[in-house]
Amino acid sequence: MKVIVCVKQVPDTSGKVAVNPDGTLNRASMETITNPDDMNAVEAALKLKDATGCKVIVVTMGPPPAEGMLRELLAMGADEGYLISGREFGGSDTYATSQIVAAGVNKIGVEKGDIVMCGRQAIDGDTAQVGPQIAEKLHLPQVTYAADIQVDGEDITVKRMLEDGYMTIKVKTPCLLTCIKELNQPRYMSVGGIFEAYSKPVTVLDYEALKDDPLIDATTIGLKGSPTNILVSFTPPQKGAGMMLEGADMGTCEKLAGILAGKHII
Amino acid sequence: MDFELSREHKLLQKMMADFTEHEVKPIAAETDKTCQYPAENIAKLFDLGVMGICVPKEYGGVGADALASAICVEEISKQCASTGDIVATHNGLCCAPILEHGTDEQKAKYLPMLTTGRHVGAFALTEPNAGSDASKGQTEAKLEGDHYVMNGSKIFITNGYVADVFVVFAMTDKSKGTRGISAFIVEKSFPGFSVGKHEEKMGLHGSPTAEIVFQDCIVPKENLLGPEGKGFKIAMMTLDGGRIGIAAQSLGIAEGALAEAVNYTKGRVQFGKPISKFQNTQFTLADMHLGCEAGKLLTYRAAWKKDQGQRYTVDAAMAKLFCSEHAMKVTTKALQMFGGYGYTKDYPMERMMRDAKITEIYEGTSEVQRMVISGNMGL
Repeated sequence: MKVIVCVKQVPDTSGKVAVNPDGTLNRASMETITNPDDMNAVEAALKLKDATGCKVIVVTMGPPPAEGMLRELLAMGADEGYLISGREFGGSDTYATSQIVAAGVNKIGVEKGDIVMCGRQAIDGDTAQVGPQIAEKLHLPQVTYAADIQVDGEDITVKRMLEDGYMTIKVKTPCLLTCIKELNQPRYMSVGGIFEAYSKPVTVLDYEALKDDPLIDATTIGLKGSPTNILVSFTPPQKGAGMMLEGADMGTCEKLAGILAGKHII
Repeated sequence: MDFELSREHKLLQKMMADFTEHEVKPIAAETDKTCQYPAENIAKLFDLGVMGICVPKEYGGVGADALASAICVEEISKQCASTGDIVATHNGLCCAPILEHGTDEQKAKYLPMLTTGRHVGAFALTEPNAGSDASKGQTEAKLEGDHYVMNGSKIFITNGYVADVFVVFAMTDKSKGTRGISAFIVEKSFPGFSVGKHEEKMGLHGSPTAEIVFQDCIVPKENLLGPEGKGFKIAMMTLDGGRIGIAAQSLGIAEGALAEAVNYTKGRVQFGKPISKFQNTQFTLADMHLGCEAGKLLTYRAAWKKDQGQRYTVDAAMAKLFCSEHAMKVTTKALQMFGGYGYTKDYPMERMMRDAKITEIYEGTSEVQRMVISGNMGL
């Protein structure tokens, strides 16, 4: 049994977001983090590893610096990383991305007993499309919005969290699950994991490595192969930065009055 | 010359910053207010491999280096110097001497206890009449058959009432002065061992400081650490390494206070603009930042030299002296920037200032550090 976790490097929304002239994100100039929901998927996989000793493989598509993110996940306890990276893949929308990532997962190989995990959605695009699309490309049954996962041999019982309640679904492996933050609290990297992270294998899958997969077609990958067209992308005008003052004491009131007086509001 | 941290050290720094932000910071004020030992966070630090970080894998640790240990203490101390102190003491003053001077049997027994076994360690040298002059200790250990009988007491022992394993220094031959001092590994369960007064301190309220008492305490002969009569040397060597930990702790306090000051002065408006826009504030913050960078270089260099197997006694003394005095300066100046608010417990500055003071005193006062530095200048 192995768990393949698909992860994405996303802009740290606490930092400044930069946009290229063509409307795509200028990822190189931004601070990045691992997509929060993907961290829940990694934690779910590591919990399975703790319980069963299964192998955990992390996969991402992105520019070469995305390897740094994979190393962090290896430091948390994942065993192996795959970085899908190539100019040909640049500018892909969710359709093209799921083609490419599915080809990468195919390269790793999905067997009976295996689970593919994704986060529900990424905080940059918020589409929640890539996970389900990967499942479709790989012809795997999928269960989305996993808030609880119980594994019993080849049977997996997943509690899905929906807007108005929960739904429990039993599915057989191999399958794909998308995970939500209610599933768990991701662990920290461990010190031992950190000092082992750079000796664990990270394989780069470029266009050459994936081009023979039937899913990889020049017309269905990259910016050209992406049916989604960004007409215009812009940063909305900034509102004044808010300031939170907490406390019901005189000091806080005086501080607030001082700020308002300083702005000549009072 | 390379001033870059390795990629592993950078990852460690990131992880510790994350841990500190989410686990240490939220309880730091309460820990101080209630004088509560942060047991849950210490348990988590055992889980992460921070407690006993330099202990080799074969003994349950992760075999990291002194620089890694310093980075952990620095990051934690940015928010809670008490937690930083507990970690620095466990790693630098208990694990380190057992690792460096212990027999194979001692290492096999005690190091796993201090890592995977989650036992907290301590170091007991100071006595009421033997502070900076550590050679004047009165605690005695007399060999009687297959064990030593230890009598006396130690004061100001960090981790004193939570520790399970103590590295203790006692006179085995009073006629020989410092050459009559020996080191021992003492467990709190040994007959005749007890914990005395819990100290009420100005700062570091979460760090448990206590007196420990030996009344006909039975210490097995095999718990002698290093050769008999070499205890003073072991103590001094241990303190050299420990000072890197206190330098890192002081550096963390200073960096934490600086970050608070930068944040506060950007939001505090007086005379129509944030006080960070006044040149006096900017120059003061610049000096604080400058000192933190200088202290970081001194601390990391001392740790690096230790890791390279080079002599680092003077480097550790310089790092400890500079960083502790800088922590006191930064917290004092930062508190001043906070004005009246800084003097209240609504903000962390008064805690940071109280915590900073001890770094100029313990593990060798600033005066002792100057003795060490000047003593190596051929004067």
